[in-house]
Amino acid sequence: MLAILAQTDKTLFLPPGRSTFAGTHDGLYNFVLWMSVFWLVLIAGLLVYFVIKYRRKSPHDVPEGPTHSTAIELGWTLPPLILVMIIFVWGFRGFRDMNQAPNGAYQVIVNASKWNWSFTYGEGANASQLHVPVDTPISLVLTSSDVIHSFFVPEFRVKKDAVPGRYNKAWFQATQVGEYNLFCTEYCGKSHSQMISKVVVHTKEDYAVWLEKQMRWWEGEKPADVGMKVYTQRGCKQCHSLDGVDGDGPSWKDLFGSTRSFADGTTRVADEDYIRESILNPGSQVVAGFDNVMPTFQGQIKDPEVTGVIEYLKSISTHYEGAVLEVMPGAAEAPPAE
Amino acid sequence: MSVIQDPVNSGVYSGQDQPGGTNYINHSKGVMSWLLTLDHKRIGLMYMVSVLSAFALGGTFAIILRTMLFTHSSPENPISDSGQELYNQMFTLHGAVLVFMFIIPAVPAILGNMILPLMLGAKDVAFPRLNLLSWYCYIVGGLFFLFVLLSGGLDTGWTFYTPYSTSTSTSVAAATLGAFVLGFSSILTGLNFIATIHMLRPPGMGWFQLPLFLWALYATSLIQVLATPVLAITLLLLLAEKVLHIGIFDPALGGDPVLFQHFFWFYSHPAVYIMILPAMGIISELISTFSRRHIFGYSFIAFSSIAIALLGFLVWGHHMYTSGQSGMANAVFSLITFSVAIPSAIKIFNWLATMYKGSISLATPMLYALAFIWLFTIGGLTGVFLGSLALNIHAHDTYFVVAHFHYVMVGSMMTAFLGGMYYWWPKMFGKMYNEPVAKVAWFLIFAGFNLTFFIQFIAGSQGMPRRYADYLPEYAFFHKFSTVGSYVLAAGLVLVLLNWIHALLKGKKAPQNPWGSNTLEWHTSSPPPHENFAETPTVSDPYVMGAWDYDESIDGYVHNPQKAQELAQQGHH
Ligand code: HEC
Ligand SMILES: [Cu+2]
Ligand SMILES: [Cu+2]
Repeated sequence: MLAILAQTDKTLFLPPGRSTFAGTHDGLYNFVLWMSVFWLVLIAGLLVYFVIKYRRKSPHDVPEGPTHSTAIELGWTLPPLILVMIIFVWGFRGFRDMNQAPNGAYQVIVNASKWNWSFTYGEGANASQLHVPVDTPISLVLTSSDVIHSFFVPEFRVKKDAVPGRYNKAWFQATQVGEYNLFCTEYCGKSHSQMISKVVVHTKEDYAVWLEKQMRWWEGEKPADVGMKVYTQRGCKQCHSLDGVDGDGPSWKDLFGSTRSFADGTTRVADEDYIRESILNPGSQVVAGFDNVMPTFQGQIKDPEVTGVIEYLKSISTHYEGAVLEVMPGAAEAPPAE
Repeated sequence: MSVIQDPVNSGVYSGQDQPGGTNYINHSKGVMSWLLTLDHKRIGLMYMVSVLSAFALGGTFAIILRTMLFTHSSPENPISDSGQELYNQMFTLHGAVLVFMFIIPAVPAILGNMILPLMLGAKDVAFPRLNLLSWYCYIVGGLFFLFVLLSGGLDTGWTFYTPYSTSTSTSVAAATLGAFVLGFSSILTGLNFIATIHMLRPPGMGWFQLPLFLWALYATSLIQVLATPVLAITLLLLLAEKVLHIGIFDPALGGDPVLFQHFFWFYSHPAVYIMILPAMGIISELISTFSRRHIFGYSFIAFSSIAIALLGFLVWGHHMYTSGQSGMANAVFSLITFSVAIPSAIKIFNWLATMYKGSISLATPMLYALAFIWLFTIGGLTGVFLGSLALNIHAHDTYFVVAHFHYVMVGSMMTAFLGGMYYWWPKMFGKMYNEPVAKVAWFLIFAGFNLTFFIQFIAGSQGMPRRYADYLPEYAFFHKFSTVGSYVLAAGLVLVLLNWIHALLKGKKAPQNPWGSNTLEWHTSSPPPHENFAETPTVSDPYVMGAWDYDESIDGYVHNPQKAQELAQQGHH
């Protein structure tokens, strides 16, 4: 029932609006839409009418009619001119509101990389989905660690490019609790179409709970499970397979404990330190046969998550014979989450 | 209109063949007589064969990618790495081949080359050797693209955005070199047309007696000559960065990726008008001829071409509203973008006014002209959505944009091109085509195009991003529908090709002037002789058709010098 009600505000073409921008945007959209319908019907109508009314009766016809009229020419320039100026001003004002976040908006840092979104919150939490409280202005600072990506949430009518070497700003205020698709809309290579995440809008109370949990989400999980979640949620799976077939990056199967050879001719055994280094500073040792395309996860993946990846790698490698951790190291000392 | 030469004493107006029956096609024989020809008509034909081959190739890529989009992945059936890579290659090659090798050259290089000197009553273009060179540039550029196809492909999108294009391992260098050389082909054609229109107008043809197709080609040539060098520079900078690692666009080397977008669109937005202006020129000829009416508002149409060409240089930033460029820049670009809407609207109104009180024939070229007006109106109106800042943010880089530019660059340009081909076909080859089959093909193309692309406006409004190898299930209906439409469109195009081949082999002999138009190319035989005109034709108002009488026996129009004289007299009053 609720789901059906939620559908009723769907306009003819647009998805339901779920941010404060939707009002202006959809109003203008509908205005331009109906204006377009008007012109199209007028032009096509005249076209068809003329074709029928003035159809050729005989190839000998020599029709006569007006060939020019400056008054008419200037006259029919006016309506479109006035209309586009109205639309320009309307669109500009809507854009101005979208461009400038209100003071005191809640800030989230957005880092895009091939093919994964990373959201960092002031409190120190980090996630691959964007979680925000409802009815709160959220300001985004966007950047990219490799190529250009673009942040797009159709229900919010908001879009902004994430450009490497720049900080772009955007903002929005969600009006309804729920989950919405978040797309990458700037072509960024192989898995561009897989760079889809979610915006999760919580009530303010739920948001506080989520944030608290997210700062230590790995607590109480088995380290290898933490690693598995990092693998699926942080985009590692776009480049690393688990079945031994290399993709853009080397497969993770049987990686841990094997001897790696690098583009510069050196070799090294893949131990804990090496894995950590590979995640935080992937350019430092580029595996032979691969391009240096892995983005750094410095600042986005926390130490316990790195530990999780290491333990997970151990669990899927035949080169490793020791035990895999059952509980997160240091978990005992950490304060329990409220 | 103005100065008229003595029309009575010109013997070539009989509508009959040249004595001896030689024309530019059978004038000389052998491969070399073609490969080294300086005849603009033969160069036009060689362009026709090569540009249509590129069209077939790019169209095939389109059908492959639409077929891939018929299905989407699911958790049980995830999309493979190779599937994504193939898709990315297909949409890139589709765009690059069709933009650089079909849409930009089609009308100027094929129909412009063929018809422009004839419309001027001239023997050839001003620089025939440059003209041949431009064809060779086209071929060399095409060879680079072929090399790209065979050597790892290309996956950057036709836009080559940095830093992706400088970091991918596909054949970016070869592709940019190819586009670079193709650019020269375009520049040389533009240069030639400008010089020809300035220098070779016959006595009595002032600027305001030029057929509107030539005004449009003139405006187009200005853009080709002024904008294309910027593309060349941009591509060279890109190569310099990729090969020599000089930091220009790549932030890792201290460059700015958004700078590339400025450079790129500084060329590529005007290029949109390289694609559409000549198409509009064809439409002016078609609407007037097939309504058998003087074009309405000649000077407004002519000046709107020039206005579009000039304003077109000042709107490139409307492709970059979300890139982070300043709000002020966005506002200025949006304002100027809206101003381009006005000259475009003027043209549509003038075409309608030309049909008013006309004698409208629905021959195939006219059907294409009508389709053009429908498609261009939709393309233009959806451009109003995109020009508006607030609406652009949502629609940018979604299927809304894909649909919009296909309506303008493909739908409009392609229908005008096909209309022009059918219109001038009898002149170019001296053969008529099968009219009923041509009409069926027209219908398939018109229906197929709208089926394929109209629904993409909705998909885009719903948020479907462009350049996606895969999509969420909620967009499945749009994609399946669009794919089916694309098959109808493809069927229509194949039928056109068969229709043309049939016309060449089995077509009825064409009269000198099957349509009764008065522009000068109809004042010579079909096909024209090597030197175009046996006698210098007489210039008169190109849109006064009263001097052509219909003759049942040849199903065409015959020039009546007596009437021409009278009309010329009237024109003086
Ligand atoms: C854009 C593709 C890409 C993504 C996404 C990616 N990687 Fe990589 N990764 C690579 C490539 C390519 C290499 C090999 C080159 C190098 O060493 O930098 C690599 C190497 C590695 C290595 C060393 C492997 C070896 O064979 O020695 C580890 C460990 C690793 N990545 C972990 C991760 C983790 C953890 C993630 C997710 C948080 C991740 N990668 C995401 C591309 C990627
Ligand atoms: Cu992307
Ligand atoms: Cu543009």
